Amino acid sequence: MNRHEVIIIGGGVTGCSIAYHLAARGMKDVAVLERAYLTSGATGRCGAGFRHQWGTKTNCLLAKHAIARLERLAEELDYPGGVEIKQGGYLILAYTPKMEEQFKKNLALQRSLGIDARWVTPREAREIVPFLNTEGLLGATFCAKDGHANPFKVTDAYARAARRLGVKIHTYTEVQDIKIEGSLKTVITSRGTFQAPVVVNAAGGHAAEIGRMVGVDLPVVPERHQILVTEPVEQVLGPMVMSFYHNLYCQQTPHGSFIMGLGDPNEPKEYNVRSSWQFLSQMAQKVVWLLPVLKNVRVVRQWAGVYDMSPDRQPVLGEVPEVPGFYVAAGFSGHGFMIAPMTGQLMAEIILGLPTTLPVDMFSLSRFTTGELFVEPSVV
Amino acid sequence: MEDKTIVCRCEDVTLEEIRQAIAGGARTLDEIKRLKRCGMGPCQGRTCRPLIAGELSRITGQDQASLTLPTFRPPVIPLKLGTLARGGAKNEQA
Ligand SMILES: Cc1cc2nc3c(=O)[nH]c(=O)nc-3n(C[C@H](O)[C@H](O)[C@H](O)COP(=O)(O)OP(=O)(O)OC[C@H]3O[C@@H](n4cnc5c(N)ncnc54)[C@H](O)[C@@H]3O)c2cc1C
Ligand code: FES
Repeated sequence: MNRHEVIIIGGGVTGCSIAYHLAARGMKDVAVLERAYLTSGATGRCGAGFRHQWGTKTNCLLAKHAIARLERLAEELDYPGGVEIKQGGYLILAYTPKMEEQFKKNLALQRSLGIDARWVTPREAREIVPFLNTEGLLGATFCAKDGHANPFKVTDAYARAARRLGVKIHTYTEVQDIKIEGSLKTVITSRGTFQAPVVVNAAGGHAAEIGRMVGVDLPVVPERHQILVTEPVEQVLGPMVMSFYHNLYCQQTPHGSFIMGLGDPNEPKEYNVRSSWQFLSQMAQKVVWLLPVLKNVRVVRQWAGVYDMSPDRQPVLGEVPEVPGFYVAAGFSGHGFMIAPMTGQLMAEIILGLPTTLPVDMFSLSRFTTGELFVEPSVV
Repeated sequence: MEDKTIVCRCEDVTLEEIRQAIAGGARTLDEIKRLKRCGMGPCQGRTCRPLIAGELSRITGQDQASLTLPTFRPPVIPLKLGTLARGGAKNEQA
């Protein structure tokens, strides 16, 4: 029997960040349980983009704090070689008057919070991305401090720093059931039994399954998202180009390869990480139209991962009122990578009963019963 | 083999880097691939996978045949986005 103070279920960027932040605050008797290898879930399959350009104060501040941490993550966690941060900006394209109006509202909010984002005309957009097809484009918003990082390295950096502080990480250890007696939780896994008074559910697309093990109904469902990567070529694309209209994003990594993905509004809500031929051809059509120079670049690999979707596309962070000592950090709905530094910090603060750095009430599970949903206008 | 020997030609990964990853705790081909990129190049690991598997089994004593292989992901050969956009590829030169 392995007895700990805290057990974290899930070895993605969220679980590893929570473990590190707990240990850094003195709570070192922590075990992370991961069914496969670290980053085997959404984290290792994601676009790993980060942006300040959000439409609510909460998300702008969350992103701003988290990105400031990502920028200095290698020093904070003593991770030689760095986490491959590229800050080429996000260029978010507007094609309808409604989008333009919403984006301009978002900009006013962002600027009031000290975020340096601006409106650019189609001509200015071409100065930022010279080969952009501007047909039908009304304009775009641009924030030069947005960008992306390497999700494997960010997670590895948190995991290593956590281990140095005494956290135990058990990979290839699948949680199969949880029993509760008094305040003690017994977690039964494919590799033995673990016990702790505090259990944190950071299982991403599997969070609802873990919730069911303690009789809690979590409104978090998996939704497949597909993505592909090309061969590396010389650096030609500075920013992440994002179009809510086409439901696509495309970026060039420091390594030279392009990573791009599409959202499919008709995707069924189920656990599915297979990739499809249809995605490959639709993605190619849309991206070659938008960025014609890409037509001669070769795709080397395609894959899929799941978004852990919540009803209002915002995470659930905090304790489950009916099960004291059982905490949730899931429902990230496609943007959990970029906020992971703050998710870890806020969850550690909540668990340790410390004042939280940013307000967290709007992320409580109870919002789905009271109906006070959190509405963010700016999501893919 | 020499430490500086390149085992993954597509991504320029040396034997030394593979040994570092294993010394850092990696025990599976999936973990090494994600930290070092070996297996992510245009050949998708056809060249380097057996070499890395051999090194992993030599250092950790795991039976080479029992190592789990990373998922083989499509497409089977690199295809141009322009070709894919035209819906072609099946009979066209990639
Ligand atoms: C295609 C795609 C593109 C994306 N692009 C972006 C982006 O550009 N920017 C951004 O911020 N976010 C992006 N995301 C979202 C981001 O990947 C996630 O929000 C983030 O990685 C969530 O991390 P996590 O640790 O909470 O979940 P995960 O990484 O899914 O980790 C959960 C872990 O729990 C483990 N687990 C599950 N069940 C069990 C069990 N029973 N026992 C033990 N372990 C278990 C899983 O194996 C997994 O490793 C994208 C996602 C996808 C799929
Ligand atoms: S040699 Fe390693 S991916 Fe091609």
